[in-house]
Amino acid sequence: MAVPAPVLTMTGIGKQFPGVRALDEVDLRLLPGEVHALMGENGAGKSTLIKVLTGVYPADTGTIELNQAPVAFGSPLEAQQAGISTVYQEVNLCTNLSVAENILLGREPRKRGRIDWKRMRARAGELLSRLELSLDVSAPLSSYSLAIQQMVAIARAIDIDARVLILDEPTSSLDADEVRQLFRVMRRLKEEGIAILFVSHFLDQIYEISDRMTILRNGRLVGEYLTRELPQVELVAKMIGQELAVLERLHGTAKVFDRPLVEARELGRTGAIEPFSLTIHEGEVVGLAGLLGSGRTEIARLLFGADHASTGEIAIGGTPQSLRTPRVAMSHKIAFCSENRKADGLIPDLTVRENIILALQATRGWTRPVPREQQDDLVERYIKALKISPPNPEHLVRDLSGGNQQKVLLARWLILEPRLLILDEPTRGIDVGAKTEIQRLVAELSDGGMAVLFISAELEEVLRLSHKVEVLRDRRLVADLPNDERLTTDVLMETIASGGRAS
Amino acid sequence: MTTLTVGRASVPAKYLPVLVTGCLFVAMFVAGGIRYEGFASGQVILNVFIDNAFLLVVAVGMTFVILTGGIDLSVGSVVALSTMIAASLMEGPGWPPYLVVPLVLAIGSGLGLVMGYIVHAFDIQPFIVTLAGMFLARGLCYTIGTDSIPIQDPTFTAFAQTRIDLFGDLWISPSVVIAVVVVLVAVYVLHYTRFGRSVYATGGSEQSALLMGLPVGRTKITVYTVSGFCSALGGVLLSFYMLSGYGLHAVGMELDAIAAVVIGGTLLTGGSGFLLGTVLGVLVLGLIQTIISFEGTLSSWWTKIFIGMLLFVFILLQRLFSARSRR
Repeated sequence: MAVPAPVLTMTGIGKQFPGVRALDEVDLRLLPGEVHALMGENGAGKSTLIKVLTGVYPADTGTIELNQAPVAFGSPLEAQQAGISTVYQEVNLCTNLSVAENILLGREPRKRGRIDWKRMRARAGELLSRLELSLDVSAPLSSYSLAIQQMVAIARAIDIDARVLILDEPTSSLDADEVRQLFRVMRRLKEEGIAILFVSHFLDQIYEISDRMTILRNGRLVGEYLTRELPQVELVAKMIGQELAVLERLHGTAKVFDRPLVEARELGRTGAIEPFSLTIHEGEVVGLAGLLGSGRTEIARLLFGADHASTGEIAIGGTPQSLRTPRVAMSHKIAFCSENRKADGLIPDLTVRENIILALQATRGWTRPVPREQQDDLVERYIKALKISPPNPEHLVRDLSGGNQQKVLLARWLILEPRLLILDEPTRGIDVGAKTEIQRLVAELSDGGMAVLFISAELEEVLRLSHKVEVLRDRRLVADLPNDERLTTDVLMETIASGGRAS
Repeated sequence: MTTLTVGRASVPAKYLPVLVTGCLFVAMFVAGGIRYEGFASGQVILNVFIDNAFLLVVAVGMTFVILTGGIDLSVGSVVALSTMIAASLMEGPGWPPYLVVPLVLAIGSGLGLVMGYIVHAFDIQPFIVTLAGMFLARGLCYTIGTDSIPIQDPTFTAFAQTRIDLFGDLWISPSVVIAVVVVLVAVYVLHYTRFGRSVYATGGSEQSALLMGLPVGRTKITVYTVSGFCSALGGVLLSFYMLSGYGLHAVGMELDAIAAVVIGGTLLTGGSGFLLGTVLGVLVLGLIQTIISFEGTLSSWWTKIFIGMLLFVFILLQRLFSARSRR
């Protein structure tokens, strides 16, 4: 089959940031009517490449050609006008405005100079029906879920007479049904001859939807491949640059847990989680499995004192304690690495060092600053231990990739040497390589006697790491399963589905 | 969608703050009517308009700025500077009003434009930039003169003293007409033009607005220009009202304007609010003054105390609403 002429060609793109070479001689071409996956680990340069393409950053070297004509976009607006639309990883819409406005802002239909609200609502409704959605378009966007907001962003993107549609991790906040719906829309747009650039960390989704892929590693081009000709194992190997060591269950020998660290007795919070009992021993990794909204985060927040329990009690090291605030929990050496690293954890405008030292400083109080030498020493140790890249403590956290940001957050809590570390979705939205590193780290920590409460949506991950698995369903703890040979993801899924009645 | 059911009709959450202010205004009027003889007349409300036309115009400009998430502290000084320039040019060289007024408006808009440009181009907090503008404009007043300059231009005074009779015994001043026109134009601009919607979008999320391809920089510069223009126009209206130019006119008016906008339900963080709310905010402030003058025994400083308490209540209310809508 002859390859049609590419709509868009990027050749020899290079981009230098202070202290980092983000892109080096990268080529990319998009063919009409194809879904092209852009693959790479976090920090490989995917986001930078997209930002160069859409005019957010200027390229230092290289050329961009659109329909064989060289172009250079000075702003996202210019790129849009040339027919390159982008839906970013985080939904970039104005939630204070209505759905219709978010779709059509900047190109509202007008009648004699004034905005024609009626036609605007009709047009927005049409565009949404193309995505098989029917919403109240005059309602504020904030009244809809993140998934719907994502769809609205896509509706906005395809309204412009788009020739190239860039979807930067559009599926990370969607559930399975919504992903299917999105893929249906993508296939339809593909048939219309639009070239789609698709970024996702979910390999299954890549294989389901993409025709072709370009792989980046450390800001360099690895190559362009046809998806059907590249097996998954090879893809992963190319992405992380080495044969992926086969991940066995990380805990080889069975350990005996006889020293309970944290005991929750009939602990519960009205409306959040029904009373549950849970014992976490020293050196034990306890996995929490369950669907989104099943109460996983609620348990974590109760154990960290971020929410108040309405019933039951917590005992730490055998003595009952009341965890009124996170500070009290911290004084008992409990640390909580939250699910939403952007909103609840990291401060993007501070450096890696400042972010790491933050919790330690908080426990000491502001009157006793951590000496600079000690700071440098600690930070350097953790940057090395967690392989944070770039290994520069004075780098702004904002400029780090997602996986590395997660590691910074982890380092912040590890510095406190907690006895119980609560990890809420520590591996979400980060790539395979960083994921394995974090998993290995959890295993090492527990071997060193730290207890870990591990929350993840990925059942394999929970199984690989945990000594025992607590299954949650509908805000209830339904089962407590020791992790042995008989426990598989299928068993887990069945337990979640049946609500633990079968076992 | 977050709605609150009021009686049988349900009101979208975004109109709720305006509704609260409206109810407050009505309640104050009714209370005043019951308590004081001769209070419950149409003219009392019209007097509030007449006495606060300049504040209303200034508050309209402030609404634009606050909707983008900014703030303009320079408005009071620009008002004073405008009265000063107008008075000195008409009294000294004897320039006619039809030359002086456009010049004053141009100077006010120009000051706003420069401040807006600095805010955008150097990415400096509007608080600091307009604070500098506030000192600059106030200082410029005293380079013109340290004393109050009376305005005696016949056309100007004649216009200022005109009464426009409505039905019955009711009347308004031409300033009220100008203020109402400004409000109507501003409502049209905010709700029916792309610029107006960009104002809301910028206030909602500047980053998103930029990525959606909106002209954020131009919008920000324009709102400060609008605010500068409105301050200058407010200054012209104030000189109608006072028939003098003085460097100590409109001291602290920026805070009255901000108070009116906030009481009108506009969020200081930007992106949410209506001009109707600002109008109601100005009316509430004016009505407080009226009630205190009817009371007779209270000193006028009580106005400030009531405004202070109202602001506390409204800021708490806003906090409540925004916290609830985020859930």
